[in-house]
Amino acid sequence: MNTHLDGNVLAGALGEVFAVDITTAVAQCASCGTSQAMGQALVYTDAPGLVARCRTCGEVVLRVTRSPGRTWLDMRGVRCLELHVPGE
Amino acid sequence: MARAAVLGRLTWQVGTVAVVREETATARTIVLDVPGWSGHTAGQHVDVRLTAQDGYSTQRSYSIASAPAPGRLELTVQRLEDGEVSPYLTDVLKPGFPLELRGPIGGWFAWDPAAAGPVLLVAGGSGVVPLMSMIRARAAAGSHAPFRLVYSVRSPDTALYPAELAQRGHAGEGVEVSWVYTRSAPAGARVRVGRLNPVVLAAPGWTPEAAPAVFICGPTGFVEAAASLLVRAGHDPGVIKTERFGPSGGQA
Amino acid sequence: MGIVSPGFKGRGGAGREKLPPGQYLVTDFPVLSAGPTPRVDTGSWELRIRTETGEVHSWDWAAFRALPSEEITVDLHCVTKWSKLHTPWRGVSLDTLLAEAETSAEYALARSYGGYTTNLPLQDLLDGQAWVAYEFDGEPLESEHGGPARLLVPHLYLWKSAKWVQGIDLLDNDEPGFWESLGYHNYGDPWREQRYWGD
Repeated sequence: MNTHLDGNVLAGALGEVFAVDITTAVAQCASCGTSQAMGQALVYTDAPGLVARCRTCGEVVLRVTRSPGRTWLDMRGVRCLELHVPGE
Repeated sequence: MARAAVLGRLTWQVGTVAVVREETATARTIVLDVPGWSGHTAGQHVDVRLTAQDGYSTQRSYSIASAPAPGRLELTVQRLEDGEVSPYLTDVLKPGFPLELRGPIGGWFAWDPAAAGPVLLVAGGSGVVPLMSMIRARAAAGSHAPFRLVYSVRSPDTALYPAELAQRGHAGEGVEVSWVYTRSAPAGARVRVGRLNPVVLAAPGWTPEAAPAVFICGPTGFVEAAASLLVRAGHDPGVIKTERFGPSGGQA
Repeated sequence: MGIVSPGFKGRGGAGREKLPPGQYLVTDFPVLSAGPTPRVDTGSWELRIRTETGEVHSWDWAAFRALPSEEITVDLHCVTKWSKLHTPWRGVSLDTLLAEAETSAEYALARSYGGYTTNLPLQDLLDGQAWVAYEFDGEPLESEHGGPARLLVPHLYLWKSAKWVQGIDLLDNDEPGFWESLGYHNYGDPWREQRYWGD
């Protein structure tokens, strides 16, 4: 079974901690070098956290977990993240 | 028009149910009054959180169905047989009840009415909800962007918003609506029953050369089938935006 | 905690109190996965145990299946809050698999096909507490539940029971696994509700 969703699903968990929208951010995959909007990532949600994988190579680009009061974020799989700054 | 791109972290808010509207036997539209809500961009969703008396809490994401408006939004919720949250929203929630939510969320799967280019919307089942928000936002903003909705349903009685879509699909309105019936078509209709196919997707004016922005929303299998049909037809994968419903992470 | 939703009981409702704290009961078998399900052919499957000195013990499928196995019935507790009771498995005890290993290691790191890892104290794999299971409810273990074979450590949260297990490294130093390195508790005892760091 391949029960992944789209990167859209990351927006809520990361919107709790960051003021920018992660789904329109362009991430360069640390494994294969492909750049894509985080909204295009494959996100596995039926898990203890959210696991976003590169659409091209399948490696983990971002992981996020949540407990009451805390969030953990692992972005080792992103070489560079380009964020849109609204209002400019 | 209400702009949603206000820089700020997401926080939980409490809305009040104003109206619960029956859409189909298993779907309800919940109209919420949310003080301080500044509107959204069509296509965005909210997270809804339910908390039981003993503190047990769970949350789900639901697409916004309405056009952007300050102070008010509508969610259309499809009841899932073994769902935990959706049966509460469709069967228990009544006008006057409080509902915790946060949003609007997500800027990727979103359509800005300032964009004038053609837009191809492809919906499977209740995947029409965020796309309906785009159609309504287009009308509310007075946009002339050419729109086409291809809407796949099992049978006519499971279709959301049929009357409104018929009205918005009238000639001259600028929104074409094409139906795909996978199990049974309306009585007397000259429509073949069957899955989404390349012919229905390739209507005149909606070829890859027209370079429409594409939004596909529905269950995972539907989204994958629709996206691969469009890519095979020559649409640029880079302009195809998808939103899958999950078994639990999505619209459960 | 949020505001109470009038009339909302949630999964499990009133039955939640007989389980480890915060858990609810399920009768189905939810599938959790952090990535695509690896399809591992038993023809190329191999289980490798590697000690801290680099000594390797390995079994192909035939050799593994030739080891003495046990039938066990255990309760499962997932950190995402579902519990499933009285689940029947068949597997090879880690006592059997580790019998020949010369080790003074205190820690273990399980590695899976697909890249998943999870860590636990070696003593939690011993004394009839852990198995490499290959049958569920009398049938070969389905790939979505970790087949052909998964680790089964039922006294800890289920993320410790690595699906698609490929190897176990015995280590002198503890090495946090996939979830343990991202906020989840290093040990994960459901009865003490050790879900997150610091619990």
